[in-house]
Amino acid sequence: MDFDEFTPSRRGVIVGGAVTVAVTTVPAVEAQVPRKQTMAHIEKVAFEVNGKRRELALDTRTTLLDALREHLDLTGTKKGCDHGQCGACTVIVDGRRINSCLTLAVMHEGDSITTIEGLGTPEKLHPMQAAFIRHDGYQCGYCTPGQICSAVSVLDEIRRGIPSHVSASLTDQPQITNFEMRERMSGNICRCGAYSNIAEAMADVAGEKA
Amino acid sequence: MKFDTPAAKNPIDRLKVVGKATDRIDGPLKTTGLAPYAYERHDKVRNPAYGYVLGSAIAKGKIAAIDLAAAKAMPGVLAIVTADTAGKLEKGQFNTAKLLGGPDIEHYHQAVAVIVAETFEQARAAASLITVNYARATGNFDLAALKDTAVKPVADGPGGKPDTAVGDFEKGFAAAPVKLDALYTTPDQAHAMMEPHATTALWEGDKLTLYTANQMIAWSKGDVAKTLGIAPENVRLDSPYIGGGFGGKLFVRADAILAALGAKASGRPVKLALTRPFMFNNTTHRPATIQRIRIGATKDGKITAIGHEGWSGDLPGGGPETAVNQTRLLYAGADRMTKTRLAVLDLPEGNAMRAPGEAPGLMALEIAMDEMAEKLGIDPIKFRAINDTQVDPEKPERKFSQRQLVKCLELGAEKFGWDKRKGPGSVREGRWLIGMGVGAGIRNNLLMKSGARVRLNQAGIVTVETDMTDIGTGTYTILAQTAAEMMGIPIDKVVVTLGDSDLPASAGSGGQWGANNSTSGVYAACMKLRETVAQRLGFNTTEVDFADGKVHSGNRSIALGEAARTGEIVAEDTIEYGDLDKKYQQSTFAGHFVEVAVDAATGETRIRRMLAVCAAGRILNPKAARSQVIGAMTMGVGAAMIEELAVDKRFGFFVNHDLAGYEVPVHADIPHQEVIFLEEEDPISSPMKAKGVGELGLCGVGAAVANAIYNATGIRVRDYPITLDKYLDRLPPVA
Repeated sequence: MDFDEFTPSRRGVIVGGAVTVAVTTVPAVEAQVPRKQTMAHIEKVAFEVNGKRRELALDTRTTLLDALREHLDLTGTKKGCDHGQCGACTVIVDGRRINSCLTLAVMHEGDSITTIEGLGTPEKLHPMQAAFIRHDGYQCGYCTPGQICSAVSVLDEIRRGIPSHVSASLTDQPQITNFEMRERMSGNICRCGAYSNIAEAMADVAGEKA
Repeated sequence: MKFDTPAAKNPIDRLKVVGKATDRIDGPLKTTGLAPYAYERHDKVRNPAYGYVLGSAIAKGKIAAIDLAAAKAMPGVLAIVTADTAGKLEKGQFNTAKLLGGPDIEHYHQAVAVIVAETFEQARAAASLITVNYARATGNFDLAALKDTAVKPVADGPGGKPDTAVGDFEKGFAAAPVKLDALYTTPDQAHAMMEPHATTALWEGDKLTLYTANQMIAWSKGDVAKTLGIAPENVRLDSPYIGGGFGGKLFVRADAILAALGAKASGRPVKLALTRPFMFNNTTHRPATIQRIRIGATKDGKITAIGHEGWSGDLPGGGPETAVNQTRLLYAGADRMTKTRLAVLDLPEGNAMRAPGEAPGLMALEIAMDEMAEKLGIDPIKFRAINDTQVDPEKPERKFSQRQLVKCLELGAEKFGWDKRKGPGSVREGRWLIGMGVGAGIRNNLLMKSGARVRLNQAGIVTVETDMTDIGTGTYTILAQTAAEMMGIPIDKVVVTLGDSDLPASAGSGGQWGANNSTSGVYAACMKLRETVAQRLGFNTTEVDFADGKVHSGNRSIALGEAARTGEIVAEDTIEYGDLDKKYQQSTFAGHFVEVAVDAATGETRIRRMLAVCAAGRILNPKAARSQVIGAMTMGVGAAMIEELAVDKRFGFFVNHDLAGYEVPVHADIPHQEVIFLEEEDPISSPMKAKGVGELGLCGVGAAVANAIYNATGIRVRDYPITLDKYLDRLPPVA
């Protein structure tokens, strides 16, 4: 094989690559990178999750996602990629949906967090959860909590007049159309491909309340 | 129960529960986040340690030295296992490359170490401090460059015979008045299921329990035992919820073996998930193919010669992508041939992904049919109808048990408005070039033995137990429907327990065989249960009816639960098959229709409409079956337009190894999708008279998209995915 056309230095790879590449693939044999301080720092943080105050002492490297899943037993929020590409970890923080893998838990002092468990329970489903069941808006179920948290937020965002990439105008009230919903849901990947059914579940819920 | 004669009328035919569109019974748990996946078994394992996998930075060569000292010194680190310390590991029956590499490295991101620490953050940080010194060797990574080195793979491999021939293809093709000879390529593709491969491992003495994400529990129990060199009876797998598989979780992968090794070394239960950027090179993928298709026909459109050759590559000892197989069955033609060739590549392991063989094979064949129809000046649907066959073209005495392909295509044409389709590049709406495309789908119905146990208690609750899995396919619900139908009870009186290797071994989830076989296993167990119930109630077993929660005989009716008054009744059986699949060709069929709009200036292609018409035996749950099909159609759009693992041919790895680089369809890409199931019962298939749809839904979609793009633009692209760089320069000048 001809390696001459592209001979990266390790430093070049590290500088240009994603963090994960540097962590898992680069032989650090010549130790060109100064080793980082990797001792854990523990910090206290307190926030509200699904209406309940929670206090935690966490390694500051802990994401909000892992705080929920590993420290609070709230495993409904899923880890699909751990770096903001799939949306499975979507939760609602202070009324706004975010990727909980892209934010550290200690950044959320005093925040109010809603997870899928906070939207509804099997005995008392949120209308969006019920609509997902009715329209079969899921298959394997792994992206589903994120889809539902996003779906609830998307309808709220449209109602609050927040425009999207496909809104005809930045100032007019956006409408709850199939196109608007699909655009705004595109950060939530479903590899089972339930999109068509999710759109119908959302339209159903939007209609009920309209 | 041996199924060796076509099914007669049986209790399923009542169709009071089976065949009805039914909400998933696991829906309330999945939509509220309470269904526990493999990394979330807090219900079973408290206080686990965390595993983190380090992967090889080279594709081929050796580890010269590995220095763990800095990592071991990190706070929280409990154990590090490498090939040096793992003890002797065998390779699983279903694995091509070892799941823990070292000193030899077989592919990029092959696991070389697992770090176990008190927390995830500690394990990840420690992994970054392991120093590996590699001796890189030269590898082979370029399929196109190695095509001519490809050899005939081992005969009777999983994909069947590498060479087939009927009549004299070369002669027939040479003599044909109308000919097509074209080369097509499909890229490496990733399953990219949403749940990363994950396992929580627990040792209790010699006994190992793996809470894991796995489609095939019995296969994988065996392979865990083989790999670790322990007795199968000491291995238990539990996989009640699986966050997608698509073939990527058919086999034991590094998460399971390394969690087990890490747990052994640390003396703690260990949970471990592969990170997303690690999955693409560490696990399996659908291999790229190069395909040559030759079709010869008479001027009135009758195929006289059809030949399909396929080339793919895999690691030493691996298998081919059997892209030519459907061409043996889909169309008539006297002179025929197929040929499969396999090159040795040092890329990560190629293996099954949803509709292995047919998915890439039909992406090529169904473009070829479109091209041929155009050469002949015949409508593509009519051309396929002219060449329909109701018998196996290689063995005309062997009929298809059911074959409604032409009806799928003709009904689809009517519903889709196919009559409005115009010639290539001739329909325009403002800036958009509009086109329609069609593709035929075929996927065989595979029969696999499948066991189940059913329990009846005094409350009249029936519990179904089997190691069968639900990977999003809707298994929980169809097994409950089957038991409810058989025992004459509503579906809410049925409990289904899945995925535990301590339960009777099932067909598992793969090859779209899961639904038909696993429900047939439950059917068999329920037939036994019905007998015992009748005997317990003192009824003549031939004259009982199970309905409305009661058992009826003559003018007597007794509540079902009464039979279990003196104790729970347990019945177990396995469906096994005779030779009906030899006597008949059992397949499922689809017609896929797609409308696209291509931006005349930018070349951006949007999917506007999609329709699938499927003939796949009895549809057990039309709601979940439809979801299987729309999901597959979505995956087909990805395959046609965006999905490609980009190979770094110098260093030998898939470059775009995450969900930003490996693009899959998102909400914005997929419009409302329509699915029609034709009325069909296939008594040759099983007592359920069902087949499968999960892979059929993907078969033919990619080509339908490709043909629609051609119809919109008049530009033929034979190299998937059809990204705009492949046709932008050939679009008509912008006015």
